[in-house]
Amino acid sequence: MTEMVYGTVPVRDVEPVLPKWWRTVDKWTLSCILMLFGMGILLGLAASPPLAERNGLVPFYYVQRQAFFGGVAMMVMFLTSMLSPLMVRRLAVLGFLGAFVALALLPVLGTDFGKGAVRWYSLGFASVQPSEFLKPAFVIAAAWLMAAGQELGGPPGRMYSFVLMVVIVLMLAMQPDFGQASLVLFGWGVMWFVGGAPMILLLGLAGLVVLGGMFAYNASEHFARRIDGFLSVDVDPTTQLGYATNAIREGGFFGVGVGEGTVKWSLPDAHTDFIIAVAAEEYGLMMVLAIIALYATIVVRSIIRLMRERDPFIRYAGTGLAAMFGVQAMINMGVAVRLLPAKGMTLPFVSYGGSSLIAGGIAVGMLLAFTRSRPQGEIDDIFRSRGGR
Amino acid sequence: MMRTPLRPLARILEARQKGENPDVIERENRHLRHEQMRDKSRMRAEGRLLVLGVMFFCAFGVIGARMGTIAASEPAEPRATATGASIVASRADIVDRRGRVLATNMDTHSLYAHPQQMIEPERTAKELARIFPDMDEADMARRFADPKKKFMWVRKKLSPEQMQEVHDIGEPGLLFGPREMRLYPNGAIASHILGGAGFGREGVHSAEVIGTAGIEKFYDESLRDPAREGAPLELALDLTVQAAAEEVLFAGMKLMNAKGAASVLMDVQTGEIVSIVSLPDFDPNDRPSPLTKGDASDSPLFNRAIQGVYELGSTFKIFTAAQAMELGLVNPNTIIDTRPPFKVGGHKIGEFANHNYGEISVAEIIIKSSNRGTGKMALAIGKARQQDFLKRLGMFEPTPAEIVEASGGKPLLPKRWTDLSAVTISYGHGISTSPLHLAAGYAAIANGGIAVKPTLLKRSGPQDGARVMSESVAAASRLMLRKVVTEGTASFGEVPGYHVGGKTGTADKPKEKGGGYYKDKVIATFATIFPAHDPKYVLVVTLDEPVETSGTKPRRTAGWTAVPVAAEMIGRIAPLLGLRPEFITGQLEGVVRISQ
Repeated sequence: MTEMVYGTVPVRDVEPVLPKWWRTVDKWTLSCILMLFGMGILLGLAASPPLAERNGLVPFYYVQRQAFFGGVAMMVMFLTSMLSPLMVRRLAVLGFLGAFVALALLPVLGTDFGKGAVRWYSLGFASVQPSEFLKPAFVIAAAWLMAAGQELGGPPGRMYSFVLMVVIVLMLAMQPDFGQASLVLFGWGVMWFVGGAPMILLLGLAGLVVLGGMFAYNASEHFARRIDGFLSVDVDPTTQLGYATNAIREGGFFGVGVGEGTVKWSLPDAHTDFIIAVAAEEYGLMMVLAIIALYATIVVRSIIRLMRERDPFIRYAGTGLAAMFGVQAMINMGVAVRLLPAKGMTLPFVSYGGSSLIAGGIAVGMLLAFTRSRPQGEIDDIFRSRGGR
Repeated sequence: MMRTPLRPLARILEARQKGENPDVIERENRHLRHEQMRDKSRMRAEGRLLVLGVMFFCAFGVIGARMGTIAASEPAEPRATATGASIVASRADIVDRRGRVLATNMDTHSLYAHPQQMIEPERTAKELARIFPDMDEADMARRFADPKKKFMWVRKKLSPEQMQEVHDIGEPGLLFGPREMRLYPNGAIASHILGGAGFGREGVHSAEVIGTAGIEKFYDESLRDPAREGAPLELALDLTVQAAAEEVLFAGMKLMNAKGAASVLMDVQTGEIVSIVSLPDFDPNDRPSPLTKGDASDSPLFNRAIQGVYELGSTFKIFTAAQAMELGLVNPNTIIDTRPPFKVGGHKIGEFANHNYGEISVAEIIIKSSNRGTGKMALAIGKARQQDFLKRLGMFEPTPAEIVEASGGKPLLPKRWTDLSAVTISYGHGISTSPLHLAAGYAAIANGGIAVKPTLLKRSGPQDGARVMSESVAAASRLMLRKVVTEGTASFGEVPGYHVGGKTGTADKPKEKGGGYYKDKVIATFATIFPAHDPKYVLVVTLDEPVETSGTKPRRTAGWTAVPVAAEMIGRIAPLLGLRPEFITGQLEGVVRISQ
């Protein structure tokens, strides 16, 4: 009767956004990311007061900033993860164009903050590193091009994305920022691999990477010194690596205790590149293994979910994002344990740094958006496995 | 696998016959093919993603395992101390050539106050003024009572007795900070070389000890370098010899009524400075402040032996004679006419007390110290060659002695090197050098013709410097120097058994404001080598404004002032240096050096 009088309640033919998001998002990955961010704050409390003291600031200045940027990053991550893959692609491609232009204009408008490489834009209260934002955006753009290239009668997307990748790597190498350049190269390589790269070409690329590394070794003294430091058997205890190794040793299994660590006073990059050493010293191996487990969970779980993905674009983009995220964490920790030569790379979500936090938030937001559960034609799979068709 | 064409002709024709749109067929086929391709690529991707996932998992596993092995290993290497936050407060000792301590560190305490914690500021001020009589009680009481003062230094260093007395005051607002202070246990001995040390950056818990002068400042960085691990700095000085030399020189200075004195004792082969004295001196434990007015060179801080440059007079004559012989212009027996007049550039060259030595040999020119004789040799040598020779002996640059003050001892040379300059410089006027320069020059004659650079550091072997004269010229020059003592102006210089050779020099002091020389102020110098037939050491003794008054007239020449002091010094220090007296019989001319 009521309906006859007042008309029927309009039935929405789409599911409400939040319940749908909660139902489909990968809750494991999400919780791991939140825990990582929490650890970042916890370690920031330990690692950043020496820096604040050196710069004459209140002890927890950097922790406050980290918490602020972290909050922004979390917000960005949640919003991004609620977008549909199509929307993510559109925004990311626009973002890619913006970041690309920003990167290209760095030599003109950027500052080097006295660190020898022009990587930043100074905004007064904070600085922005465009390459941090370019990395995830590039992955999306390249995945889009690659996926389009697989359509019948599509453009030669792989070639386009390859050219794009080469241009960006060259631009980054000129800064010089070999760390970001190698990440971009690696991200593209993984997408290409998953997109069905011929094995011969893959081997050729591996050879090229080796050659490029040798060229960089000869061309850049900075780079060469780090490699030499890595190849020498003895750790000079006064280098960053020596301090880091010692810190891990001092920490042992359960750490020397909160606030008792000493390495943060001697390492200039304790709050960024070597934060894992601070973690190892104060909280011990347990903490480090927990952090590694979190990263591994995020990466491996995302990859497993992407295995079932039907849409090539989503598959490539998700793989690229997950691989880049995982490799960055791996390189950072690998340096601290001397498995890899010293290379300044932040630990995603844990290291201090506004740009890297927010860009990381965007990246994992997109990854979450791509790994949400979607109908994947399971019925077809069942038919096929029963020998149909 | 056969691929169906997108527009199979049979179906198209059939559809056309039925009047259907053939594009539908193409679209359907296109869709099927797309599905097929997608499934294929998905299957492939599935496998590759699995590989990727496993790789990532393994990589993270390897990092975790590696972390585990490092964490399980023992911290093996010693940790390098963190820099920056703490002040490194260890400074290496300085020792003499036999390892005896010249400078070391002592633990002590500084005293500071926290006035807001004080219970009885007035009594504290009174007690402190009793313990430290140089401190003003009223001033301290006023500062202790000032509520704005949170912290103040009271004393930089305390003796243990003073510390105990401050303890006994029982005031909780008085606090002690650990300090390391520099201690020179030998007091004034070698004070000019050691210099002194003071506090640099200071904190409550420690203070940096930094060198303020002398070798402490010259080697400041190196002495403070933790990598040195406390290895002492070994000097060439011999503490015993240094003490004896200071004692003799001080007595000589008093006896000869001189206002200052300097002596340099140097090993002729190695260039090691075994003893170097400058009087008056000071106690480096309580370094006086520099003079604010008057002549800085009269300050006890002034190092006459290295910093001071003086016209050293006739001692330079032997260089002229040696060079003339080296160039083959003369030999020791060449006769030169030293009768007046001898004018150069319009100036008459005179002799001491207007003597006229007549026509005499080169050897006699040195023995009798004839200005005109050396002047004529200098003209024969020429200006350019004379400059070159003196330059090679090191007379043009400050000495390389390892104290910061050495760079101040830059020789004064004529602005234009005229013939007149050449002549006056041949007998040591118109060129001002430090006694150490002179000692280095004499060392070259003594060691057979090799230029040496004087050094304050202990060395293990002889220097391989450049040769400046031949072995035979050096030997002939030594014989002349020996004869100066046996028959010439330095007859008081004979020390039995030590065969002293040397040359006197008495130079009138130039007036400070320019315009000529004082008539009654001289620098008397005696430069000696001993033993003359096989010299081991060169000793230079310089007295500033000496006057010997035992005779009827005051005597100022080196022969009466510097020579007896040097002889007394050799008599004291030669046995300390391990030289045995030798008594050689026979003719002097027959004695040549037989061993290098």
